[in-house]
Amino acid sequence: MSRPNPVSASQLHWRCRRGMLELDLLLNTFVEVQFSHLSREDTALFLSLLEYPDQVLLDLLLGKMESSDAMVSDLTARIRRTWFDKFNCAKTT
Amino acid sequence: MAAIQRRQFDTLIIGAGGGGLRAALRLSEAEASVAVVSKVFPTRSHTVAAQGGMNAALANVSPDNWHWHMFDTIKGSDYLGDQDAIEYMCRAAPKAVYELEHFGVPFSRLDNGSIYQRAFGGQSQNFGGDQAVRTCAAADRTGHAILHSLYQQNIRAKTHFFDEYFSVDLLKDEEGHVLGALVFNIMDGQPLIIEAKTTLLATGGAGQIYRNTTNAMINTGDGLGMALRAGVPLQDMEFFQFHPTGIAGRGMLITEAARGEGGYLVNGEGERLMERYAPKAKDLASRDVVSRAIATEIREGRGCGVNKDHVLLKLDHLGEAVIQQRLPGIRQTCMTFLGIDPAEAAIPVSPTAHYTMGGIPTNRHAQVVVPVKDTPEEAVYGLYAAGECACVSVHGANRLGGNSLLDILVFGRAAANHIIGHLAENRYHRPMDESSVEKAMQRFQRWNKNPGQDGESVNVLRHELKTVMEKHCGVFRNEAVLREGVEQIEQLAERVKDAKIEDHSDTFNTARVEALELENLIACGLATMHSAFARTESRGAHSRMDYPERDDKNWMRHSLYSLDTGLDYKPVRTKPVSVDSFPPKPRIY
Ligand SMILES: Cc1cc2nc3c(=O)[nH]c(=O)nc-3n(C[C@H](O)[C@H](O)[C@H](O)COP(=O)(O)OP(=O)(O)OC[C@H]3O[C@@H](n4cnc5c(N)ncnc54)[C@H](O)[C@@H]3O)c2cc1C
Repeated sequence: MSRPNPVSASQLHWRCRRGMLELDLLLNTFVEVQFSHLSREDTALFLSLLEYPDQVLLDLLLGKMESSDAMVSDLTARIRRTWFDKFNCAKTT
Repeated sequence: MAAIQRRQFDTLIIGAGGGGLRAALRLSEAEASVAVVSKVFPTRSHTVAAQGGMNAALANVSPDNWHWHMFDTIKGSDYLGDQDAIEYMCRAAPKAVYELEHFGVPFSRLDNGSIYQRAFGGQSQNFGGDQAVRTCAAADRTGHAILHSLYQQNIRAKTHFFDEYFSVDLLKDEEGHVLGALVFNIMDGQPLIIEAKTTLLATGGAGQIYRNTTNAMINTGDGLGMALRAGVPLQDMEFFQFHPTGIAGRGMLITEAARGEGGYLVNGEGERLMERYAPKAKDLASRDVVSRAIATEIREGRGCGVNKDHVLLKLDHLGEAVIQQRLPGIRQTCMTFLGIDPAEAAIPVSPTAHYTMGGIPTNRHAQVVVPVKDTPEEAVYGLYAAGECACVSVHGANRLGGNSLLDILVFGRAAANHIIGHLAENRYHRPMDESSVEKAMQRFQRWNKNPGQDGESVNVLRHELKTVMEKHCGVFRNEAVLREGVEQIEQLAERVKDAKIEDHSDTFNTARVEALELENLIACGLATMHSAFARTESRGAHSRMDYPERDDKNWMRHSLYSLDTGLDYKPVRTKPVSVDSFPPKPRIY
């Protein structure tokens, strides 16, 4: 990890409060599980992702839309994977 | 105590969803100075989640008119809706849609260029005849389109936004007139008094009182809590709509479209359960009917999974191509959240808390009304409410899909119209009663210190509240279960007084925000549980196993729950504005 994070976990959690339950769950789980591992750069990227409108964010996170920016696409894949691992999704099928 | 900063506006609007923003736009355009306070950035309000659409009798696809829409809404409400407000809303609907079009909402189009409409449950032609096609949609993002267009229009009209400010409590003068609110900036914890000649509550619903809900985390019923603490009773809170198909244990909504495309529900024995409950409409019966059917299966031990706590929604027989083409969103949701591809495996679903029919009582001008002596509906000076937090009441005991976006827009606008008249007659700010500021500040500061060593944590209490609500005030209710529910929720209301948080800082102290939200959730839970316990009949979303019939003689009346005096009742307004009343009939689809 590079320098320490400029924002707090609670600040990120609040920015993850969205108008849709799907986003609340995916984003907050990501912060909960990954915050302590996030580098400054990761955090900045995550914050810029949070600026997207809810509907666009949903399309990106559910895989309905793919970002042309490789870093954003990596991040959205990581957010999905974090949820998947935490809730051991494969076993619920 | 250092002096608290103050700002003055003509109107304070608490809430920046569709309801708040529609009102703000009308007021700003009328040259009023308007402050809009929102705990999240405005376009992250819950309105953004509404995908299905908004009802208006435009008759673009099937013959239609506002009077049929009115009939359907009254029948859907199980005759608890106020017929004057319903007439007003249904008549105003086409205009509300055209206005949105004018504001830039990109409604989907038919081949002939007119606005596309889709069919939703509970819509009929000719007072209960063939299916009507009444729901206007902007693809699958109607709420998003409405919210973004209204926000842009408000920026243009110079509405003043206080983003990420949390409203704590309403402020009053000595006569009880509402004069604004105490809010604070979530970023730095600084309190601010917003003085206003008129205040509109537009804070949305309270789905978060339940464990399983389709609602986003922001829907904590804050406006309802503020109203209760200001002495305004809450109306018809026992009526909470459960959507039959939320993803079990998670809440995400699987829309009716899945069943519309041929999906069906099966129980733990592999049986198509809806054939027994609604032989004609089967899986497309109305929301309350399907929710009750699923809850019955689970209760009688025919659920699926290890805990037998859900049923399965089967889509795999439709084939991958159909699912990908017609239901791509549902497929993506299931794959992301469950690791299940509905083209291969069934989706676990259960009834999930979806919509708050009850709320802050208003008349059709969106003025908040309370009983005073022998008058059931006396306006509270300066206070208005619109949207899901209000109970005007157009949804009565059961809301029809597509009527909520309509409700928030029509009554957001109606509120602004009335406020404009009020401002013309009341040109000056009234002096604030400082004791009301002190009281609000005490509530805000209470979370800066812990009352004792052994206070419980906010998270634990919130989790318990949601479980109590689900267990004791779910789809089916009876006296014994509700009685226990009342006891437990009363205990929670006591326990929260000693609760504690660890973080006492000012910067982005979300623990404090969540503590304040918990107090509001508990207030909503109290109103819901007490009202449900007292109503000894079944009507719309309120299903009492011990009183399975609707009882119009004793119960065609609105419940009013207040923190000080408990329950009271007032009559349903059965007289429409210009047409004949629709008398109660059995609600059969
Ligand atoms: C998944 C889902 C799908 C839906 N689909 C449809 C549909 O297709 N058609 C339909 O008609 N209806 C639908 N509904 C219902 C409809 O979306 C809502 O009823 C409606 O959007 C509520 O709008 P509102 O303006 O009342 O409040 P909201 O949009 O919920 O906005 C509330 C506002 O209040 C603010 N706020 C709350 N508390 C505070 C506080 N303490 N301090 C400061 N600000 C505060 C919030 O920040 C927010 O800005 C759906 C609901 C859900 C859950």
